[in-house]
Amino acid sequence: MRFSGFRVIKEALTGHKGWGKLWRNCTPQPAYDFIIVGGGGHGLATAYYLAKVFRKSRIAVLEKSWLGSGNIGRNTTIVRSNYLLPGNQPFYEFSMKLWENMEQDLNFNAMMSQRSIINLFHSDGQRDAYRRRGNAMHLSGAGGTLLSADELREIAPFLNFDNARFPIKGGLRQERAGTARHDGVAWGYARAADQLGVDLIQNCEVTGFRREAGKVVGVETSRGFIGAKKVGVAVAGSSSRVMAAAEMRLPMESHVLQAFVTEGLKPTLPGVITFGAGHFYVSQSDKGGLVFGGDIDGYNTYAQRGNLPVVEDVIEGGMALMPMLGRARLLRSWGGVMDMSMDGSPIIDKTGIEGLYFNGGWCYGGFKATPASGYVFAHLLATDTPHEVASAFRFDRFARGYVIDEKGVGAQPNLH
Amino acid sequence: MSRIQGGLINRDKPLNFTFNGKSFRGFEGDTLASALWANDVQLIGRSFKYHRPRGIYSAGSEEPNALVELRSGARQEPNTRATVVELFEGLSAKSQNHVGSLDHDVLALNDLFSPFLSAGFYYKTFMWPRAFWEKVYEPAIRRAAGLGSLSMEADPDAYDRGYLHPDLLVIGAGAAGLMAALMAARAGAEVVVADDDSRMGGRLLAEGGLIDDAPAVDWVETVLAELGSLPNVRMMPRTTVFGAYDHGIFGAVERVADHLATPEDRVRQTLWRITAKASILATGATERHIPFADNDRPGILLSGAVRAYANRWAVVPHRRNDAPIAIFTNNDDGHRTAQSLLQKDVPLLGVVDARSDAESHGDYKTFSGATVTGTRGRKGIRAVQIAHNGQRNWLPCGGLAVSGGWNPNVHLASHHRGRPRWDEAKLAFVPDENAPKGMFIAGAARGQGSTKEALADGQRIAMTVLDQLGFGPVNVPLPVAEDEAGDIAPIWHVPSSKRAWVDFQNDVTVKDIKLAHQENMRPVEHLKRWTTLGMATDQGKTSNVTALAVMAELTGQTLPETGTTIFRPPYTPVSMGVLGGGDTGAHFRPRRLTPSDTWAKTQGAVFVEAGQWMRAQYFPRSGETHWRQTVDREALAVRSGVGICDVTTLGKIDVQGADAGEFLNRVYANMMGTLKVGMVRYGLMLREDGHLYDDGTCARLAEQHYVVTTTTANAGIVYQRMEFARQCLWPELDVTLISTTDAWAQIAVAGPKSRALLERLVDDADISNEAFPFMACQEVTVCNGLRARLFRISFSGELAYELAVPARYGNALMERLMEQGQDLGVTPYGTETLGVLRIEKGHATGNELTGQTTAAMLGLGKMVSVKKDSIGAVMSRREGLAADKRRLVGFEPIDAADPITAGAHLIKPGEAMDLAHDQGWITSAAYSPHVGSAIGIGYLEEGDQRMGEELIAANPLEGQNIPVRVVSAHFIDPKGERLR
Amino acid sequence: MLIPHPLLGPRDAQEFTYLGDASLLNRPDPDAPNALEAFCDYVFLRDNPAGVHCELWFHEQGDRSWLVVTRNTLTHEILDVELATDVARRGT
Repeated sequence: MRFSGFRVIKEALTGHKGWGKLWRNCTPQPAYDFIIVGGGGHGLATAYYLAKVFRKSRIAVLEKSWLGSGNIGRNTTIVRSNYLLPGNQPFYEFSMKLWENMEQDLNFNAMMSQRSIINLFHSDGQRDAYRRRGNAMHLSGAGGTLLSADELREIAPFLNFDNARFPIKGGLRQERAGTARHDGVAWGYARAADQLGVDLIQNCEVTGFRREAGKVVGVETSRGFIGAKKVGVAVAGSSSRVMAAAEMRLPMESHVLQAFVTEGLKPTLPGVITFGAGHFYVSQSDKGGLVFGGDIDGYNTYAQRGNLPVVEDVIEGGMALMPMLGRARLLRSWGGVMDMSMDGSPIIDKTGIEGLYFNGGWCYGGFKATPASGYVFAHLLATDTPHEVASAFRFDRFARGYVIDEKGVGAQPNLH
Repeated sequence: MSRIQGGLINRDKPLNFTFNGKSFRGFEGDTLASALWANDVQLIGRSFKYHRPRGIYSAGSEEPNALVELRSGARQEPNTRATVVELFEGLSAKSQNHVGSLDHDVLALNDLFSPFLSAGFYYKTFMWPRAFWEKVYEPAIRRAAGLGSLSMEADPDAYDRGYLHPDLLVIGAGAAGLMAALMAARAGAEVVVADDDSRMGGRLLAEGGLIDDAPAVDWVETVLAELGSLPNVRMMPRTTVFGAYDHGIFGAVERVADHLATPEDRVRQTLWRITAKASILATGATERHIPFADNDRPGILLSGAVRAYANRWAVVPHRRNDAPIAIFTNNDDGHRTAQSLLQKDVPLLGVVDARSDAESHGDYKTFSGATVTGTRGRKGIRAVQIAHNGQRNWLPCGGLAVSGGWNPNVHLASHHRGRPRWDEAKLAFVPDENAPKGMFIAGAARGQGSTKEALADGQRIAMTVLDQLGFGPVNVPLPVAEDEAGDIAPIWHVPSSKRAWVDFQNDVTVKDIKLAHQENMRPVEHLKRWTTLGMATDQGKTSNVTALAVMAELTGQTLPETGTTIFRPPYTPVSMGVLGGGDTGAHFRPRRLTPSDTWAKTQGAVFVEAGQWMRAQYFPRSGETHWRQTVDREALAVRSGVGICDVTTLGKIDVQGADAGEFLNRVYANMMGTLKVGMVRYGLMLREDGHLYDDGTCARLAEQHYVVTTTTANAGIVYQRMEFARQCLWPELDVTLISTTDAWAQIAVAGPKSRALLERLVDDADISNEAFPFMACQEVTVCNGLRARLFRISFSGELAYELAVPARYGNALMERLMEQGQDLGVTPYGTETLGVLRIEKGHATGNELTGQTTAAMLGLGKMVSVKKDSIGAVMSRREGLAADKRRLVGFEPIDAADPITAGAHLIKPGEAMDLAHDQGWITSAAYSPHVGSAIGIGYLEEGDQRMGEELIAANPLEGQNIPVRVVSAHFIDPKGERLR
Repeated sequence: MLIPHPLLGPRDAQEFTYLGDASLLNRPDPDAPNALEAFCDYVFLRDNPAGVHCELWFHEQGDRSWLVVTRNTLTHEILDVELATDVARRGT
């Protein structure tokens, strides 16, 4: 069934009896050509593009819980392509272009809203670094503007310009950046994949990979063995656990990132704003809540919850930057487990095991990558060659010395 | 007025307040809600989506409907629940989320179009044409959405942080909590009792029952008096424990001054971090409702809330005194309300009890096996339709109390993601065995809800906790109290073809849940996200369990099979101001001042933030109208005379021990063990991954004594990594480290006349070029006996020294240098000139040391010794690092009038401006008064092979493309003759 | 979190900075024939267990000692704490 305004009106007038299921409830078939482990944003997008762009069939997505229950279900919804390094920037710009066409492609309103992002800077050194970045963005076609403090006053007069410990000297804006409705993205891909015949299987946890003659022939699951010619793993937050079943050790640690939302407010913020002198980034959802976050807690954890010092640190930063937030109230906080990689960048690559492919290590920036990650992972699964915009995201970049370290902090995940 | 006799309000203290500009009067002890009700104000706000008229629904923090903007101006607080606002003199509040007046909200049109606004409708439309989302649809949605407004002015109030470390934290001061606190207090434990209400006592204040044959309130007062008198007890009313964190740490907010018109000299709120050896969760329970058709009208509210208003605030919720109150229930609680109201002579329509075997508990009518199937009255309930014995009858009523049973407040017990357990007998989620370690649950929070049960449970749990904490037994007799009946039947909603609200604020109805089921959004998280159920400011306190039950009915599963809910902090919404802790604005981070800060201020320095440090940026003199003038003067003065600059912020680490040399060999890429005593060497530090991360000098003051300097930014991490090397990698080495960054004031004295100046300060030492050559160091005395360290090192490329004295003499040393150097033209300079000088010399700082570079990129690849192991040496030989041919070079504009801009990328003339043709970038740039034009340094592919080549410094970000020529990064004295 | 420092007693985790897996104590032999490979494993690869994890914390705002903390990454329960120097000297 196609979604449209006309359809909404028609159903409203006929008692909503015509709405069907957004996707089928599938039971596992004995075997598939492609199994995607992980029914989060990246896994669902992978299945969708495999079917849609690469014309593959016999595809299943296995999700241990409910669809979209991973980090696509708990993030701060920021979409941007304002990276610095050549290994990253073309990939995220490719992703941005997919975002810009997502609703029409999926026939589902994921509410991608290009409300812009502004990264504030507070020193000459930061300005120089942002100028370098902004120019890298221009060289990749992503655009951007360097704003002066005076221009910022026009755009965001509520920022703390007059009593700041670290005065705001300007900002780097990417106009095409913004936010999207995170659950809607998962549902949009799920529904579109389902309509293309992909089997979405919930409550099906993968516990092992069956191999014959060194090649993967399927997965062991909580619902029994399922055969597969190729298995792609996209299980952000659980990568090390899942890949341990294939005796792989990964260049990553699991950390918790807390995120926060305030009570609903009438329009308050113009877009996404990030603080350059503390850990704080914020945007406003269509419902009116201010959605914000900061740094990871900083210790290995799988607990999906964080601690109080980071809550204080993040909101202290928020109050320092936007003192008008004082009378708003924090409504909810939550914690998501992040695969923090050793250079802060992801891995999309074949593994040493034939038939087993891996997509992970998104640190806390995986949401914006969702469409491109799915697209290039599908490309890899379908063609056995990396997509050109993802050719740097390889396992061997660490051993060979081609890390993609945007922050320049080295092999310490909690600093990325 | 529907104010009745009795209650716990102070009728001797009337308070004036306004709502939507109209003046009203209440009493001390009122909440805004009770006072509005006492003034017959029933319509308080509008719902989120349909803008339905709404009134007060509860008597606590679970309130979904009665949200107001409290106060005005910069103190305006949107979304404030009228039910928890203590009335104060002069309070002003206004309704929110409507266009036009509250009575005639234009957006109430949404209600007429509600069939088009079904659950998730927005995912299905607003997609065409594409550009309309940002331009048309979304702005309209955003204006309609949201609830209250921020003033957009800076919060004028102060906040504070506090820390407590009790043996026991008791959360909730109702029957169970007070009983437990009393036991612990008498046992001698350090106890903190926190309760979110202004007045402690919990439901005992609302129920009006008896304890030990006296009003329960008397027992509360007696216990509070005793607890308040004990030195080992801290009573914290108005304090909400909002989160349970690891290892017994709780976050709590004390509303210090929210009950006052302004905080005056107090903080508004305090954020407490309470670290407790054990905790007792005695947070009671929250009543749930039963969805039925049109169940959201003003005048319909929770049954327990009706009792609370009647008993505590002496208000009964009906506008017309002649219209009776109806009660709809599936459990005994509704009958308690009937009894309470009867005692107060409130006219009762009767109790509509869904249980077929229900009987009256007093002199009122009970409709057993009956349900409420509809209501009338757009802005206040006027009539109720009762289905009873196969008939439906409309009966006039002035209020309707609803009870669907009680949900234990297990939230904090679930903050570690332990899920509660479904108790089929109690029809409630109760805490399982998976509460956070050290937390015990007592009373209604675990389904022990009658007064008798709660008191006994508080006593029993306290005994267990005290035993575990090692306190001896204590005998506190159990008071005699009522054991109110708690029978309940599983009736979750009344089927209807009309809308029956489950989540009031977000306008989620039973129909929406059915649609979610129809569309296969059945897992509880899909249900919540698809319909927005439980996402409102009440966090689903009154709706979540009911919604689960409705979904369970649709799927044919049991309720626990359908799902549980996870609770996350905060328990109730907490102000951002207090979570920021008050350290905001200029106090966001500490300000580290250099030792010569006072002196620099007297010199009129302009300061700049360098991390936490405040450093002198430049020293303008009268007549100078632009900072560039000042910096040019300072730079030329250093090159031609002598300048002085406080460089204390550079990290300093003292390294001592028999193996100090060997240790430094291992942490520096280059050799340090061979350094002669009395000499300094420039050193590079790599991370273990082989990338360069810091540089600095290493001075050998004595056989077993070195001093390492780091960049300002990396002072902390270098020290941390050196301690890691010492303690974790090579504990066998005899070496000790201490950071001395703050212990020594270090002043750079630079320029051809620097020796002449220093000779006037140094006491005895011979610092002639022969005796004290470039890269020498020694311990000296200056100014008649002050111990000091002198290093002949240069960042500027001139003859230069750094002189270190104990930090407390730093300011005096600057004064002395100025005084002694007057005839030499001594010139103070700041970080700006420091930058110009080092760019002219091609020295790297943070802009070049990005953590992504190699030693080779700086042209220093040979410094990474292959004769010894050091941190990062092995990994620096990886293919990718060795293959990196970018090199640090200098750039001059072809047209000397052109600027050079740091952050510009380097492109060959005529080639496409894209990433594929990106040759590098400019890392640092400045105007060089020495060269007479702008200059820059930066990394360029094979830059060392490309001297003289012309490139474009491309800055499309600012629409600037500057032709530049590649030159040596050493714009001054490339052979280093000035240094020597 | 509270970290029971072996010398100083329970301290708030905020006083510490975190490094990661305690396997970082076992720096490979730089002269071994497979040194580069061993270093790549050492620097980049982690077990990253969901459960008991030995990890390094630095008491930066305290006595500047490095600690090996044994902690459960699912519950955050701390099972053991030792001075890293003691562990390093023992060579395990």
